[in-house]
Amino acid sequence: MSKRVMMTGNEAVAEGAIAAGCRYFFGYPITPQNAIPQYMAEHLAEVGGVYLQAESELASINLVYGAAATGAYVMTSSSSPGISLMQEGLSYMLGSELPCVVVNMVRGGPGLGNIGAAQSDYWLATRGAGHGDGRCLTFAPHRVQEMYDWAAEAFPIAQKYRCPVMILGDGLLANMAEPVRLRERQEPPPRDQDWAIGGRRNGRPRRIVNSLWTDVPVMEALNIRIQERFEQAAENETRWEEYGNDDPTFVFAAYGISARICKTVIDRLAEEGIRARLIRPVSLFPFPHKPFAEWAQRVERIVCVELSMGQFVEDVRLAVAGECPVDLIWRTGGVVLTPEEVMARVKELL
Amino acid sequence: MPDAQDLADAEVVYRRPAALTEVQMRYCPGCTHGTAHRLVAEVLEELDLIDRTVIVVTVGCSVYADKYFNVDAVQAAHGRGPAVATGIKRSSPESIVFTYQGDGDLAAIGLSEVIHTAQRGESITVIFINNAVFGMTRGQMAPTTLVGQKTTTTPRGRDPQIAGMPMMVCELLASIAGVAYLARETMIDPKTVRNAKRSIKKAFQAQVDGAGFSLVELISTCPVWWYKRPLEAIAWIREEMLEQYPLQVFVEYEA
Repeated sequence: MSKRVMMTGNEAVAEGAIAAGCRYFFGYPITPQNAIPQYMAEHLAEVGGVYLQAESELASINLVYGAAATGAYVMTSSSSPGISLMQEGLSYMLGSELPCVVVNMVRGGPGLGNIGAAQSDYWLATRGAGHGDGRCLTFAPHRVQEMYDWAAEAFPIAQKYRCPVMILGDGLLANMAEPVRLRERQEPPPRDQDWAIGGRRNGRPRRIVNSLWTDVPVMEALNIRIQERFEQAAENETRWEEYGNDDPTFVFAAYGISARICKTVIDRLAEEGIRARLIRPVSLFPFPHKPFAEWAQRVERIVCVELSMGQFVEDVRLAVAGECPVDLIWRTGGVVLTPEEVMARVKELL
Repeated sequence: MPDAQDLADAEVVYRRPAALTEVQMRYCPGCTHGTAHRLVAEVLEELDLIDRTVIVVTVGCSVYADKYFNVDAVQAAHGRGPAVATGIKRSSPESIVFTYQGDGDLAAIGLSEVIHTAQRGESITVIFINNAVFGMTRGQMAPTTLVGQKTTTTPRGRDPQIAGMPMMVCELLASIAGVAYLARETMIDPKTVRNAKRSIKKAFQAQVDGAGFSLVELISTCPVWWYKRPLEAIAWIREEMLEQYPLQVFVEYEA
């Protein structure tokens, strides 16, 4: 049985997490994602879960760390400045090989910035996870249903690769409402991981969750193990969508809210006889290099559209590897591109 | 030398507590971390908690405590132990969770976490080692460093005009309603060691009973960074540290 309801992106990602079996949420208020902790505060109690408002994002991510160590499905959410504060905890989770899900509804920055929609945390999301040799696996939905779906997908992926998974949204996706098809809420999976601490040991050997390895070859081996998991994730979890003309003259590269704008532009250009296509990475790390490498051989140019000053385009250029020109259309600081502006600027390029 | 028959007949009156591993501790001569470890381990054994205890190991000289305590362990970032412990306790309420934190970890970088954990009345236990100095990082000033005390970052002694007065953690926490048990003890002679163990036991009993947050501050030695011999360090606690940090049960708990 499934039902369809109107939800915002914030609500959808929260309900998606509960439906997937997430029963622990720790967070701290920050706009534009406040509806996530509010939804969790209201609804986790219905399923015997725990919502706790932390005193800071530093505390939030460390509450997540503790719950993750017990093998529980656990989540936090924040927006850009709060995600900056969480970098320490993400690094420790990576080093201790602990899974969690973190939602970042990106706002304009740097600094306190504003609560507009932005994509300027691309580097933070795809290169981040604090200090050291590691990253978060990062997925970028572009509509509300996808927010719901990715919340559910993110937990098993985090468990499989034993690392934080980030769902990257923005102020618009967070607060726009769209119909969402809901599934039945699932019970959490058993905490039968061979690394989970807590509970009664009942004779099992004690377990240690730790990121301190003073023996440097041991630390190197851990980093290699983490890297190997990322390589497995690149094989299994790389996702992208393609949209538009099958014989395009050029290809848009965009993710998240920018990809929606590009879809509108592609439809309008088609009415004018201009053939365009979109490659929309859904996984940002691992990045889908393959479609860019292939289309770069067949089109005049790739036009990157992002709400940041040339962050995403770096990955696109790495994937294209000089096979065709890569142009960049951007706005920043919370300003959102309109289809009209993209239309006008792309016509200048063609 | 006793012969084999003597040993066979002998009663064991003192042994390594079951909550400690066989790993040799790396603490310096004259340091009271070892005593504190033993007291906590004895309490865990006496309350039959070893099977369900999780230690949250923090950053400082006790960073290897996961090697010494024979219980599940989680290593926390510097100062974040009480937040990590809360996450464990909330998602695994049957676990007995304690943090083991020094004065740098708890009173400097982690002061916010410990205050809010106490304020929420989390049923966790904090063992707080106050030796008035950052030991592991080579003897810098801590928030708890005494006025006039020489450290590697107060080479002319702590000047309150520059660095303020010592942080009184127990006095700070005593007004918080979520605190179920709160005491300051030391370990400088048999009597104070016994008192310290009694307080540690009450702190864990409070957690077992779900009564709320419990913390025992242990005034501890650091002979190396106090530039003293072990016995001089004991004397310095008695003469100087206890003047600044009087031993007291701030919040009593009766099971």
